[in-house]
Amino acid sequence: MFEFIPNTPEDQRKMLAEIGLKDVQELFDDIPKEILNKFKPTSLEPLSEFEAKQLLSTLAQDNANTDDYVSFLGGGIYDHYVPSSIPHLISRGEFLTCYTPYQAELSQGTLTWMFEFQTMICELTGMEVANSSMYDGGSALAEAMLMAKNITERKKFLVARSINPHYWDCLKTYAWGAGLELIDVPFTEDGRLDRAFVQKEVASLAGLIVQSPNFFGVIEDLTGLKDAIKEAFLMVSANPISLGILAPPGVFGADIVVGEGQPLGNFQNFGGPLLGLFATRMSYVRRMPGRMAGRTVDMDGKTGYVMALQTREQHIRREKATSNICTNQALMALVATIYLAMLGPHGLRRLAEINLQKAHYLAERISPLPGFTLRFSGPFFNEFVVQSRKKPARILKALREDGFLGGIDLAPYGVLDGNNLLIAVTEKRTRDEMDRFVKVLKRT
Amino acid sequence: MGTTIFDIGEEGRSALRLPALDVPEKNLTELIPAEFIRKEDAKLPQVSQIEVVRHYTKLSRMNYGVDNGIYPLGSCTMKYNPRINEDTARLPGFASAHPLQGEELSQGALRLMYELGEYLCAIGGMDAITLQPAAGAHGELTGMLLIKKHFERTKGLHKRTKILLPDSAHGTNPASAAICGFEVVHIPSDSRGLVDLEALQAHLDDSVTGIMLTNPNTLGLFETDILEITRLVHDVGGLVYYDGANLNAIVGRARPGDMGVDIVHYNLHKTFSTPHGGGGPGAGPVAVVKKLEPYLPVPRIVKDGKKYSFDYERPHSIGKIHSFYGNFGVLVRAYTYIRMLGDAGLKAVSTNAVLNANYLRARLSKVYKAPYDRICMHEFVLTTKGMSEELRTLDVAKRLIDYGVHPSSIYFPLIVPEVMMIEPTETVSKEELDQFADALIKVAQEMKENPQILKEAPHVVPVYGASVRRLDDVRAAKEPILRG
Repeated sequence: MFEFIPNTPEDQRKMLAEIGLKDVQELFDDIPKEILNKFKPTSLEPLSEFEAKQLLSTLAQDNANTDDYVSFLGGGIYDHYVPSSIPHLISRGEFLTCYTPYQAELSQGTLTWMFEFQTMICELTGMEVANSSMYDGGSALAEAMLMAKNITERKKFLVARSINPHYWDCLKTYAWGAGLELIDVPFTEDGRLDRAFVQKEVASLAGLIVQSPNFFGVIEDLTGLKDAIKEAFLMVSANPISLGILAPPGVFGADIVVGEGQPLGNFQNFGGPLLGLFATRMSYVRRMPGRMAGRTVDMDGKTGYVMALQTREQHIRREKATSNICTNQALMALVATIYLAMLGPHGLRRLAEINLQKAHYLAERISPLPGFTLRFSGPFFNEFVVQSRKKPARILKALREDGFLGGIDLAPYGVLDGNNLLIAVTEKRTRDEMDRFVKVLKRT
Repeated sequence: MGTTIFDIGEEGRSALRLPALDVPEKNLTELIPAEFIRKEDAKLPQVSQIEVVRHYTKLSRMNYGVDNGIYPLGSCTMKYNPRINEDTARLPGFASAHPLQGEELSQGALRLMYELGEYLCAIGGMDAITLQPAAGAHGELTGMLLIKKHFERTKGLHKRTKILLPDSAHGTNPASAAICGFEVVHIPSDSRGLVDLEALQAHLDDSVTGIMLTNPNTLGLFETDILEITRLVHDVGGLVYYDGANLNAIVGRARPGDMGVDIVHYNLHKTFSTPHGGGGPGAGPVAVVKKLEPYLPVPRIVKDGKKYSFDYERPHSIGKIHSFYGNFGVLVRAYTYIRMLGDAGLKAVSTNAVLNANYLRARLSKVYKAPYDRICMHEFVLTTKGMSEELRTLDVAKRLIDYGVHPSSIYFPLIVPEVMMIEPTETVSKEELDQFADALIKVAQEMKENPQILKEAPHVVPVYGASVRRLDDVRAAKEPILRG
């Protein structure tokens, strides 16, 4: 028998008797024979747990990973340290194996951490209300765009070309589906949004989408942007770790702040599961997508939590819902909650400072090297673009041979001319690793 | 109760020491203009590590999961989540791989995705697949975009505006269709609880893009006319989208592809045992027939000899719908599960899921009303309507908590009043099924003898899993408090 299925033949016999059938096959009499007869199996034999583990280990060994390599890869997914407490806590079956808290009385654990998460995301972003997660940074940005469309009843969006091109691709797909118009905003020599371009396109604008730090690592100047676009929505995608030192987008009048929450204690997971962050102003709360926990009381007057404002959601509002999202990235949001609780306010600030300082240390050592220059003059956080004389593919190969995942070759994205490498530095990189990295670059 | 992490700790405590800064530290304002620097730290908790561990351990004990007992939410397939899946997903080669480390350094991950795609296509009887969608609803949206692209390419989009949906559909179906601007037309169910063929035919013309169908439907019934339905929709040039939320009922013995469907999404967190995590992450791969393959999201994963790679050169693709390749960690878990089960295991899943549901139905329909009292698939519906003047299904559900079991889904599907939608799954033992049935039968008795005890349920709190009594939803909606 199968280890995940308790029924024995004897159980099956008793149950069939209660149902009034003789054979399990009769349970499927509603399926037309024509369909059953066409069935073809997969030809997979069952494996024991040991055999399955062996097989998966073999596959995993066929992948590089940031335990075996020293990684300078970023572009939205970063090699931050994941504290041991986190995988242990989220592996508790009561967190791992429950679902959406439809029965609030049996889900106070989930609802409480959702409430904590929402509070923390508000604090980080400087916004008034946050939901309990979206799929990832890209789809969170797309959902922000759809929300802005619904509120402004306009269809024209400006999108900074300096946002993560992976998010830009998602926006393009959603915009095509929803019949929206996207206009690319170019960036200037310092790597930041061309504000003059924005000024010219304000008429009948639904919203402006920017990212800070942007894809090139450069910190955008958000000052006065909201005033420039007036009633159109200012949507900012932010790296949550950077918000340990950077003024939150809420301060600059952002209407929606989104972001990729992977850096908050989540593994890189080859790009998923990730964590979409989403926060806005309280005045828009009934138009926002996603689940939220709200505080209330029980029959005895004790404090408790429930899913709040569910009338926005698809299971009630159906085609008039604010979004189609149902299953989200809850477990990743729990990770972020525990991570931020562990760091605390000073820890988060210090973590951001360490990332910033180390990234600048490396940038300063690369920029004097012959054949290498920093591409942009704007201020950056933990990531920067290096322009090289040689092809990035060659440089990355040399780095790989010395045990480095050296950065991202920007050629396939088509947003920059010439040879460009995007290099990220987290708190995990040591001075010794960075000095060795520079040595390899020198050799190439 | 109600204590959050913000209510504990003291100024100056921390739960994590950071690595020392081993490079010369510069003045912050040398690196970032002063006006971009945060003035005040985010108000986060200040707690030591033991306080963090104890707080979240305490919260976990205020939850009920599959590990605690039967969790019969209909259409959610709350089956056992094997722990080996957690171990394989956390292998460093998977958990600590970066999505942009390059194809040659990612052959294991690419092979896993390629093979999982092949297995899912084989299980569904489909031709091609994308693993990108992060959840079922995300898969539905992807499917709607594929339909839109198909009609854009075949020059039919100007007249085709409608999507047909049975009235028993999940709420995500109409919401997903609406994002693409499709007009939702609801098709009523007939007295059998199945798609009303006459009503369907009345709506079929060249304004229709297609139909979204959940099969078995949310009443737990197999759409016996499925071949006729797909033929009728195809006859007017429409496409058939198959919501695979309920695939657990037929896995290993029948395939959507053999029913004439064009697009199907799978819920890996349902049929393929990946944990629901309190609401996610899930994964909602979407498989299609050959003619729709060119429209699938980029990148596709392709195999050439022994080498796997990403293919972005797909001019007719709808584009990307996830930042990277989808919820990869969830894919690893589903792959592990499918390999462990093999064909025999997959068939045993549907056999026992349907057997368990029918056993419960047989026992409970003697006490509650089963609006469609016949052999069901993996789930079934009951109603409390007519059993009491003053009590509702909500009261029955809350009273079940006092008996230590998780209630079923309630008030869905919308077409049955005061409904309970029950899906036990194959991973529940007969003893647990009996315990659940006994509890529901006892509650039915209490409805007559002691209605007040239902109205005020749950009573037993605080116990493991249940920590508060009935909560005031109305208050939470009227004066929303959404942050601390």
